[in-house]
Amino acid sequence: MDLLRFATAGSVDDGKSTLIGRLLYDSKSIFEDQLLAVEESSRRRGDGVVNLALLTDGLKAEREQGITIDVAYRYFATPRRKFIIADTPGHIQYTRNMVTGASTADLAIILVDARKGVIEQTKRHSFVSNLLRIRHLVLAVNKMDLVDFSEDVFKNIVAQFHEFASRLDNVADITAIPLSALNGDNVVEKSAAMPWYEGSSLLYHLETVYTGGTSNHVDARFPVQWIIRPLSNEWHDFRGYAGRVSGGVFKPGDAVTVLPSGFTTKVKKIYMPGGKELNEAFPPQSVVMTLENEIDISRGDMLVKANNPPVSSQDIEAMVCWFSQKPMEPRGKYLVRHTTKEAKAIVQELRYQVDIETLHKKEGVTSLAMNEIGRITLRSASPLFHDSYRRNRSTGSFVLVDPGTHETVAAGMVV
Amino acid sequence: MPQYSLDHLDQLEAEAIYILRETAAQFQNPALLFSGGKDSIVMAHLAAKAFWPAKIPFPLLHVDTGHNFTETLEYRDAFVEKIGARLVVGLVQDSIEKGRVKEEKGPFASRNKLQTVTLLDTIEEQKYDACLGGGRRDEEKARAKERFFSHRDEFGQWDPKNQRPELWNLFNGKYHPGEHFRVFPLSNFTEMDVWMYIKREEIELPSLYFAHERDVFSRNGSFLAVSDFVPMLDTEQAERLTVRFRTIGDITCTGAVESSASNLDEVIAEVAAARQTERGTRSDDKRSETAMEDRKREGYF
Repeated sequence: MDLLRFATAGSVDDGKSTLIGRLLYDSKSIFEDQLLAVEESSRRRGDGVVNLALLTDGLKAEREQGITIDVAYRYFATPRRKFIIADTPGHIQYTRNMVTGASTADLAIILVDARKGVIEQTKRHSFVSNLLRIRHLVLAVNKMDLVDFSEDVFKNIVAQFHEFASRLDNVADITAIPLSALNGDNVVEKSAAMPWYEGSSLLYHLETVYTGGTSNHVDARFPVQWIIRPLSNEWHDFRGYAGRVSGGVFKPGDAVTVLPSGFTTKVKKIYMPGGKELNEAFPPQSVVMTLENEIDISRGDMLVKANNPPVSSQDIEAMVCWFSQKPMEPRGKYLVRHTTKEAKAIVQELRYQVDIETLHKKEGVTSLAMNEIGRITLRSASPLFHDSYRRNRSTGSFVLVDPGTHETVAAGMVV
Repeated sequence: MPQYSLDHLDQLEAEAIYILRETAAQFQNPALLFSGGKDSIVMAHLAAKAFWPAKIPFPLLHVDTGHNFTETLEYRDAFVEKIGARLVVGLVQDSIEKGRVKEEKGPFASRNKLQTVTLLDTIEEQKYDACLGGGRRDEEKARAKERFFSHRDEFGQWDPKNQRPELWNLFNGKYHPGEHFRVFPLSNFTEMDVWMYIKREEIELPSLYFAHERDVFSRNGSFLAVSDFVPMLDTEQAERLTVRFRTIGDITCTGAVESSASNLDEVIAEVAAARQTERGTRSDDKRSETAMEDRKREGYF
């Protein structure tokens, strides 16, 4: 079955938890004992109605404070597709969590309250989706019941959004859907209350939208993750390179170059985990490759096609989102994790910060605080084999780790 | 133009294999937590595939409460032999004898909570720096927020409010001496995915998962197996029913459901139609609203 990973952005006030609760409930992904437990908790808390947010807000602190703290992953399936939802909180540490949730998503649902229209938060959500290169957006205009299911209100919001969205250069399509999560209008079934709406329901759209995935099938990239050497009698000379194809297609017989050594050889065989031989391997498959020649290769090296190498350099231009309470230090030293490689790195320069309220560039800044986004120049101690994030999400992304605390302090996208 | 797409089970498998290899690469001394339940069986099966044609480069660790279904132990030993893995057993009984934990008393006593101490002691003794667990995010609401690489402090505790962000395929397994990680390769599998994968891979399971006749008694809405480990109350009565288990843990807290599903297809049909979560029969989760989070914070699986 096909798998779609999507992120939802919005706050509890926009009815996000209600919307997710409805998708799960109507697709029968909520079990009776879960629902009973939520009903029981709602009653004890005096919530009045069954508070579907309690389904997703599982941590004690979240239930006490009535907020979502962390990204939660939710699962549901219909006969057409399987879905993984990265449910990201609206308020607290918003950017950090949205960036995390969006990093593995193919589609984002941007939730808007029909009474409020496009607000700053909507722009922030869209900006982050675009930055993380989510190609497909759904503008879910919720609470249509509170504006009398008015076509004009909906059209206005869509127009406002499109005006702003023309600046989102990574977005391939935007689908606007008027709905009421509370009553279920246009969530699973088309609503009779909005006969003027000719599009499909949200679930139908999610089931049928063509995303084509986010993988790059052009530039062959194979970061070596682990060397398999059985040293058994049966497999005495076997030396296999295990890893996940991060771009392009590899076939037995292909001429490949090993980075950083630059040696060239040919792919001998490609095996699935467990040993089945493959005629070709493509992202995101995890495979084992053997090579014609014995070459010194270790974790962090990369196999690429000889005629199409990635950029190999110690200096990288990137957009970063800062995650840590401790702000980015000017010329701060960190560890960079990129594909299967780790190296020491230093932030050479903070070129500018992006104001995510106005989307303007702020130059002359010296540091980034938690949840802030900026463009940096990073210098690593050894060359990183990379592509732009726009071209390849896998070889174009990295994280920075604090060498003292070991915290993951930033996410980066190669420009 | 060929279609380069993978179905959902292939994608989940590729992800789990990646995590297993990443664990071997990033840690000095990992172990795979093996309970004999279907999730840990699937995880061990994936580990055997991930490192083929070499053997799994880390041991399987069974934290044994001593309150087992005999079927589980028989299965465990045969399985370990078949995949050629090394087995390490941590005994809760040892922790009790050493005075590290106190046995709960009464008819509702369970060693479920005591396992945590045995697990943490074994981790310390064997100097494991990463323990692979079969936990899934769809299982329980606290687990929905769990990372693939989940950090534990020097007391083995989980701090859910201060987790490391996890993006793309990048996993940060850095730790200070005394700290360790729990790693969950099956995070994105659902219960149904696990069953579909078992079917596709033709993985053999303990017979407990299939319908069989057994002496059981009803307690808190589920059926517990009659055994020496669970004293029955005067008001409780044993009856012989055709049952199966949806999860397998310690005999004292794993409830059975009435079922006639005697093969994989029938079990899958039953799971698809189920209106109760699989953990609905686990009395260890019913102790409080956040029972799982509380146990996880202390260092539970």
